Amino acid sequence: MFSPSEDPGPSFVEVISRILPEKSALPRLISGPETVNYHPGSPISVPHGTTIAAVRYADGVIMAGDRRATEGNFIAHRRIEKVFAADRHSAVAIAGAAGPAVEMVKLFQVQLEHYEKVEGSVLSLEGKANQLSQMIRANLPMAMQGLAVVPLFAGWDILRRKGRIFTYDITGGRYEEVDYHATGSGGRDAKATIKLGYRDQLDETSAVKLLISALLEAAEEDSATGGPDPVRGIYPVIATVSEPGFKRVTDEEIAELTQQVLADRADRGVAQ
Amino acid sequence: MTMPFYVAPEQVMKDRADYARKGIARGRALIGTVYQGGVLLCAENPSKSLHKISEIYDRIAFAGVGKYNEFDQLRVAGVRHADTKGYAYSRDDVDARSLANIYAQYLGQVFTHEMKPMEVEILVAELAPLTQVGELYHILYDGTVMDESNFSVIGGDSETISERFSATFKKDWNLKEALRASVAALAGPERKIPVSELEAAVLSESNGRRAFSRLGQSQLDELLA
Repeated sequence: MFSPSEDPGPSFVEVISRILPEKSALPRLISGPETVNYHPGSPISVPHGTTIAAVRYADGVIMAGDRRATEGNFIAHRRIEKVFAADRHSAVAIAGAAGPAVEMVKLFQVQLEHYEKVEGSVLSLEGKANQLSQMIRANLPMAMQGLAVVPLFAGWDILRRKGRIFTYDITGGRYEEVDYHATGSGGRDAKATIKLGYRDQLDETSAVKLLISALLEAAEEDSATGGPDPVRGIYPVIATVSEPGFKRVTDEEIAELTQQVLADRADRGVAQ
Repeated sequence: MTMPFYVAPEQVMKDRADYARKGIARGRALIGTVYQGGVLLCAENPSKSLHKISEIYDRIAFAGVGKYNEFDQLRVAGVRHADTKGYAYSRDDVDARSLANIYAQYLGQVFTHEMKPMEVEILVAELAPLTQVGELYHILYDGTVMDESNFSVIGGDSETISERFSATFKKDWNLKEALRASVAALAGPERKIPVSELEAAVLSESNGRRAFSRLGQSQLDELLA
């Protein structure tokens, strides 16, 4: 219970930084970073997440992420998930150092839900995008030491009735994309693929297929991006955010659409 | 130097309790009841925006009667406690019993040490994760906690309403029956409460992770029709 002058308001970050007095006990995103001498390629290496992408389609936005995490030239995880529901009407995907990124998503999810419960109303999509921006900015010193987190944020804007995509840089800079974006190590290839296949008002199936081929191209050109793995049953995580809310596309659907994408390529005679 | 008048501790406590009870008795009542697969909270509340019933966590709801600013302060403190605990440990570790104890501690503390007791009575409801059985914690202005596994009535005229409600209560009834009985018990034999003056919410298994949902005007119309 806080006195009115010290009340942290609807921000969970404020609450937790007042409740836990010892700085060392605070998550890094709240307390500010400790000094870590980390450089990519040094003996201490941490898992990194790689390619993520988002496109706008007829009913909102779709987000996708491959499943690989790498540690230098090793594959650290085959089944990591990089696309998360931030709340009912928004999704966040992460690329960069997996540890701080997952921590950031967790804090972001709690922050949005906390605001909603305390205030009794949901933050606007812009408000959510700005919140994420502040968290990325708090991670800047870590980013400078090689532990950068670069998320993609997308959601259904209830007020403007459309899907919107936001991208960030490591300083917390927030940029709104018009129709699509991809980031992470295979982001360039993924983005080029989306650019070539993008049309206005895509339906859901076509948009999911476009993202599958984008990640497929990225996986072929970038060693840090994992492609579909039918043997183990590992497929990219793809989720839609539209007026009814966040929805994960099931693995079965993705498996089937991946088959179609591969069959289309075979028909075109793409051997390279 | 002037000496303060001696007042017996019994008298102090009695005066404070009377004061709190009077404040609470002025407000309208609220019923919390279990039904098959959920918990229903139903109150008479003419305001559309100042809620008596709210979400605390995935499977925990809060209901308060009495002075709005006081129970709303408790509600926000509950959300903060639950979110902090869930963030620090795990979402599975947040439970209503621990929250009810914290409320009890705080209300007890205020009752004995502050100038004025809080004029509130609150209900913390939980839908147990494994058994899907509802549990209600009824906490009084002085920190007394009672746990109820069937139903609980708080606020003004609660004894009469409780009697009316217990006559119709069935443990395995459905939402429709529970809501109708709650509204009938709140209204009494001579009165009819318009739907626009009802506030109701459920903790229901069918809602997914966040079990809490408010029953909107159209849903209430449908259930009470």
